[in-house]
Amino acid sequence: MDAKLYATRRRRNALAALASYGATSVGLAWLALILGVLFWEGFSGLSLRVFTEMTPPPGAVGGLLNAIVGSLIMTGLALVIGAPIGVLAGTYMAEYGRHGRLTSLVRFINDILLSAPSIVVGLFIYEVMVRPMGHFSGIAGAVVLAVLVIPVMVRTTEDMLTLVPDTLREAAASIGLPRSLMIRRVAYRAARAGIITGLLLAFARISGETAPLLFTALNNQFFTTNLNAPMPSLPAVIFQFALSPYKDWQDLAWTGALIITLAVLAMSITARALTRTRKTS
Amino acid sequence: MNVATNTMVPAVTSLVASGSALRDKIAIRNLDFYYGESKALKGITLPLYANKATAFIGPSGCGKSTLLRVLNRMYDLYPGQRAEGQVLFDGINILEPGLDLNLLRARVGMVFQKPTPFPMTIYENIAFGIRLYEKLPKSEIDGRVERALQRGALWDEVKDKLGANGLSLSGGQQQRLCIARTVAVRPEVILFDEPCSALDPISTAKIEELIDELKTDYTIVIVTHNMQQAARVSDKTAFMYLGELIEFDDTSKIFTSPSDRRTQDYITGRFG
Repeated sequence: MDAKLYATRRRRNALAALASYGATSVGLAWLALILGVLFWEGFSGLSLRVFTEMTPPPGAVGGLLNAIVGSLIMTGLALVIGAPIGVLAGTYMAEYGRHGRLTSLVRFINDILLSAPSIVVGLFIYEVMVRPMGHFSGIAGAVVLAVLVIPVMVRTTEDMLTLVPDTLREAAASIGLPRSLMIRRVAYRAARAGIITGLLLAFARISGETAPLLFTALNNQFFTTNLNAPMPSLPAVIFQFALSPYKDWQDLAWTGALIITLAVLAMSITARALTRTRKTS
Repeated sequence: MNVATNTMVPAVTSLVASGSALRDKIAIRNLDFYYGESKALKGITLPLYANKATAFIGPSGCGKSTLLRVLNRMYDLYPGQRAEGQVLFDGINILEPGLDLNLLRARVGMVFQKPTPFPMTIYENIAFGIRLYEKLPKSEIDGRVERALQRGALWDEVKDKLGANGLSLSGGQQQRLCIARTVAVRPEVILFDEPCSALDPISTAKIEELIDELKTDYTIVIVTHNMQQAARVSDKTAFMYLGELIEFDDTSKIFTSPSDRRTQDYITGRFG
């Protein structure tokens, strides 16, 4: 054995390991810093008032109720519109048209849509909805978010259904189960955890979107559930308040950012937990 | 339909009612099968007798599983696969286009190599298939589920946990659950595609015993790699090689004095 060669290898190995650990800690440090600052700045402003009062004018006290409700309405509606379309399209691709040419085409286009900048989607909805309607509106906000939900759901549904083994499909066919029932009762059930995970990830994805909402729902200082009027949302309020010169607005922006982060974190953790139980079962 | 060309098969509509008489449940005639361009089965002609167990044996790639999957048209799930010739099931050609595949598969059940319980409770695994074709009150479905599980020799092990997930059972139990699920639909023919190859010896013995019992009510067709298994469970054996049927005879005859050299070589372990 060449002791010198071996010593060189060990040194190189130590260097490579050090570089990897270093890169990892730098990456994690930023994440920790972001979360740290967010908690530090946001936590002090967190109180019951945030959830019960409207966004205030500068200098007055208030909360984020209208923004939170607006966000919930628009993201909820976006999921209600986008998820069924995405799941059905994904079902077509994985079950009915798996070997078809249309499926490859749809998958290609969907992948483009998946990585399309959301501001482009926002501009598109502005052009086809906001301009014809003549004003900003909550419904346009919901639709733009739905357009962002669809590709995520198409992708996860197709992937999760493709993971369902063909033997299970054959077993279902072997007792005379029609295809539609096989999909509904067997394939969906086998892929359920994965599809729900996709739904949570889609929610996480859209809950922080700001640019497309500025083009569509804009913002509103007041509480509204009217989908035909401009609707406030947490990201839009954060954008507006954080850029303002007023200290109390800036504090509220931090609190809003913390609320979004916690919601997204909760979604991600739930998604991870669901994926884990699926693997062990 | 040209019955005269087939010398091997007794008349399909034999009226002889004596217990020893062999009646064709399925008659395969001049069957060719293609995976795209490649021909996997060549001119297979073979009877499958009612209430008998027929084993398909042969080396890997000989076409025995392919032949089995023609009998319930499972190949229809995949594009590019097609069969030519005739497969007469009680005299009706099941290869005809327009045949209702779901009805066919309700009459020709199948048990697979790997256990494939549905992702639902043990009870639902069985009841699901029953409800598909019959509208029954709950009490009657309960009875059918119990009888199917008894038929699958699983009832005693699961009667206290019918609400448990089918996937929580052991491999051997899952396979018996699949047999019970198949039986519950009340098929006439049951196809077994290497049903024990993923199981331990004790579970295998249980399944073999079960297949032997099922013969009284069903026509059994079993594909197996295990020649002892073919010898143990089947009455008739078909030896296939390279997509052709080499020899078909009583199982005892095939395993003691086969008439074809290739059959002899295969069962004595010289190849395959």
